[in-house]
Amino acid sequence: MLSKSNLRTPLARVRGLGSAKSGTGHFWVQRLTAVSNAVLTVVFLGVVISLVGKPYPAAVATLSYPPVSILMLLFILSATVHMRIGMQVIIEDYVHGLLKVIAVMANTFFAIAIGASCVFAVLKLSFGG
Amino acid sequence: MAEVKQAARPLSPHLQIYRWSWTMAMSIAHRATGCALYGGTLLVAFWLVAAASGPAAFETAQAIAGSWIGRIILFGYSFVLLHHMMGGLRHLVWDTGRGYDPTTRMNLAKYSVAVSGGLTLLLWAIVLATR
Repeated sequence: MLSKSNLRTPLARVRGLGSAKSGTGHFWVQRLTAVSNAVLTVVFLGVVISLVGKPYPAAVATLSYPPVSILMLLFILSATVHMRIGMQVIIEDYVHGLLKVIAVMANTFFAIAIGASCVFAVLKLSFGG
Repeated sequence: MAEVKQAARPLSPHLQIYRWSWTMAMSIAHRATGCALYGGTLLVAFWLVAAASGPAAFETAQAIAGSWIGRIILFGYSFVLLHHMMGGLRHLVWDTGRGYDPTTRMNLAKYSVAVSGGLTLLLWAIVLATR
């Protein structure tokens, strides 16, 4: 009656993180952000559509309106987290060795750069500058 | 893992071997649209940064978005976004353990194209109607 699971320590079994030491973290966050994206993308599309062809003051007024700003910030956070994990899965499928490490890092930097730029822009519009 | 070597032995079949099916096409499309949206976030960032930079930069961004090539890109972007969303909702259904039988999964794949196409047209009808 000696199975693989019996060879794991009780602590390892309780933690449930497996050999990669991160468990189902990415899997879960990808589903979590998928659900939030489904809602926030509709908001984002609505905001963009309402601003099509609008002059600058009207665009600033919309984007700096607190509920819109907050939802835009949440959309940026949710979308960049989701796209980072998604692209990492693709990289891990097709790229191997040292190049994979570089690609995974570059992917993370890109997602953070996009997120930081968008968040800064929305905050600047909100708080004036 | 060892270095990848040129394998002489037969390898497992890849894309060109299989007959195309709706589920296979939509699986590939989900990954492709995800990649496209990844690049598309650059456009979102440019647009928001332009708005935060001032009237001149924003007018330029709006002019680019309003040009015919800008509109084609925006139309494509909206379709890709909605297609990826429908594909994602399909995955959420599968995550609950439902929708795996042959008829349902084929229908889900077909509907994801039809619904995302329909929603894109509806979206642009709203855009044109509210101008």
